Amino acid sequence: MKEILNSTRVRFLALGENEGFARIVTAGFLMNLGVTPSLLADIKTMVSEAVTNSIVHGYRGMDGRKNYLFLELRFYSDRMLVITVADRGRGIENVEKAMEPFYTTDREGERSGMGLPIMQAFSDSMKLVSKPGFTKVTMRKKLP
Amino acid sequence: MNILTAEKNGELIVRVTGDIDHHSALGLREEIDEKMEEIRPSRLLLDLGGTDFMDSSGLGLILGRLRKAGEMKIPMTLLNPSEAILKLLHLAGLEKTLDIRYL
Repeated sequence: MKEILNSTRVRFLALGENEGFARIVTAGFLMNLGVTPSLLADIKTMVSEAVTNSIVHGYRGMDGRKNYLFLELRFYSDRMLVITVADRGRGIENVEKAMEPFYTTDREGERSGMGLPIMQAFSDSMKLVSKPGFTKVTMRKKLP
Repeated sequence: MNILTAEKNGELIVRVTGDIDHHSALGLREEIDEKMEEIRPSRLLLDLGGTDFMDSSGLGLILGRLRKAGEMKIPMTLLNPSEAILKLLHLAGLEKTLDIRYL
């Protein structure tokens, strides 16, 4: 049976500057796991997209200094990495629509609408649960 | 994130170093657009050779500048994107529509 070899959970304010912080936490977590630079770039991108979605969409119009999001990283004995990002924001109105490439509710902000499709393409599997007041995305990636 | 701009033979070269994410993209967008309006270059060259990280916000930035340059009838070239950036461009189907060069 697979067991957890390492795990971390961080809670931080929904501020743009924390996008970089989340990537650094992820890179630190993966430091001794023999991840290639190319795979590390993919995983950092997955985390960056998820965290940005929470900040930009989840907490849109809300004060980032009063709202938190959560990043959890778990590494299992079968070398599965499980990344979870959750927020207590607005929720995604139409998850199916949000998954479509180039679909964005924020044209003005020059969002490309590629965040969720990239997260999906870079993970082995992705699960998105959303309702008003809560959104959680879980991405799995088997490390070599 | 740092941005360096230079003019050479009427062309505008913008070199971005550091990370391009949602947080940094807005400042970059404003700075590049301002410079384009100011000098009206014959070409916009966006040099990503010093960019350590880029996510889909960078795709938005590139698409936005491509649109803006198109409106101003200025051709745009992407210089020195890394393998990771090329992968994102490929996923977005932009790899073949953009003029990409390595110097």
